[in-house]
Amino acid sequence: MKEILEIIESNPKMQPKEIATMTGLTEAQVASKIREMEQNGIIRKYKTVIDWEKAGEEYVYAIIELKVILRSRTGYDAIAERIAKFPEVVSVRLISGGHDLSLTVRGRSMKEVAFFVAEKIATLEQVQGTVTHFVLRTYKQDGDILFEKERSERLAVSP
Amino acid sequence: MSGKFVATNVRNIPPSGIRKFFDLVLEMEGVISLGVGEPDFVTPWHIREACIYSLEKGFTSYTSNYGLLELREWISKSYKKDYGVDYSPRSQILVTTGVSEAADLAFRAVINPGDEVIIPEPCYVSYKPSVSLAGGKPVPVPTYRENEFRVTSDQIEKSITKKTKALVLSYPNNPTGAILRRKDLEEIADVVNENDLMVISDEVYGKLTYDGAHTCFSSISGMKERSIILNGFSKSHAMTGLRIGFAIGSEELIASMTKIHQYAMLCAPITAQMGAIEALKNGNGEMEKMIKEYNRRRRLIVDGFNKLGLDCFEPMGAFYAFPSIKSTGLTSEEFARRLLKEEKVAVVPGDVFGECGAGHLRCSYATSREQLIEALSRIEAFLNKL
Repeated sequence: MKEILEIIESNPKMQPKEIATMTGLTEAQVASKIREMEQNGIIRKYKTVIDWEKAGEEYVYAIIELKVILRSRTGYDAIAERIAKFPEVVSVRLISGGHDLSLTVRGRSMKEVAFFVAEKIATLEQVQGTVTHFVLRTYKQDGDILFEKERSERLAVSP
Repeated sequence: MSGKFVATNVRNIPPSGIRKFFDLVLEMEGVISLGVGEPDFVTPWHIREACIYSLEKGFTSYTSNYGLLELREWISKSYKKDYGVDYSPRSQILVTTGVSEAADLAFRAVINPGDEVIIPEPCYVSYKPSVSLAGGKPVPVPTYRENEFRVTSDQIEKSITKKTKALVLSYPNNPTGAILRRKDLEEIADVVNENDLMVISDEVYGKLTYDGAHTCFSSISGMKERSIILNGFSKSHAMTGLRIGFAIGSEELIASMTKIHQYAMLCAPITAQMGAIEALKNGNGEMEKMIKEYNRRRRLIVDGFNKLGLDCFEPMGAFYAFPSIKSTGLTSEEFARRLLKEEKVAVVPGDVFGECGAGHLRCSYATSREQLIEALSRIEAFLNKL
């Protein structure tokens, strides 16, 4: 199972037939294992890593740190869940240190992101304060280094 | 006109069959190459960073002829841990500029003029010329698909003459991917003992095995005194261009190799030595990831060839598949040449590695899965046209 996950982690387009050959399982076994893992949520979803900038689309990202005051009976999970429901919010994490929650927010412009934070996040009752860091440039994302790919300098034929 | 100055034994060395192919490939674009004898991974970053850091700190001097003591200590430790063999870091380990240098030193250190050296083929291309240059006589012994490209103790015994001095073993094998198991090695060790031979065992692919761990030849009882083990970092840690290898053996043999090394090379480059220390200290995780990936590709390519009707022995080590193309009626060279011209896939003809490799191709699977799949479909197209 781990073997299958490792194979499709880097390339979800690998076909069950090829995975079967690589693992020594049958094609049917691989297909049913994958289906099972999709159903029980081990495989959450298949995603495409896109360089939007290269595609000519502009997006602005910001990391928002929140200080939260917990009310009785509802913990961090409740406020985190509310915040996570906004589609503008790309990630929500509980963190240690000077703040409680760290969000990543995506918008079309700095203004859009700033308004979103001011209107939707800062106004939440439990949120005591926010610090917004706009992302100037992303160098590595989801394990993918966004610099020019290292080119192999191997000779085409060698002993 | 200056050709007349070239020494006879150098002139007598035939040109490399691989070189010829290399020139052909250079002229073409869009080639998928299965002809490469090195990993497609770049050296793991932590190792590269150790090299950079060593330069920043000013480690640019000579080292001991034997190599940095710290590196030799790590090599000693890893051999103890991996294979249960004990080598003293102070006197039984020599760090060399790649395994090629180590092999050359070993031959020069033990061969007297006219001594015979038994070399099972197919094998890496350097042994025969190195033995010749050292004044010895290479005695090739063919191995075949029927016996999983393993050399047998019988075959070795039959090739022994009064002049036989040494035996070369190179398992896991380039180009076939064959391995020898402990039992095979024990039988060979008996013959070695009875005939008072010594063994030069090139185990550079020792970390790349897919069905159980490699057995180091000197871990066979009585063989430590009779063998020189060669190994390096090129294949296991994707460090080919850094040129770093080593030889381990008895004090007398290592000292004699070091005599030549100190005048020919002085020491291995210090930057690469620093990288090698890091590789042994912290490199296991990255290495295991690479081995796992090779194993997946290995299954992909072997299955692919067999489905195409090209009988392919299941390689148990290294990163080469060695399919037979005898069913096509073409020679290895014709097949490789036409495959390159017509479908732009580069492979190496099997007879480059010894006559008995004829009718086979060496196909390296140290290339991405996507490229392997594409290469297989191009080979299928080629076969359909025949």
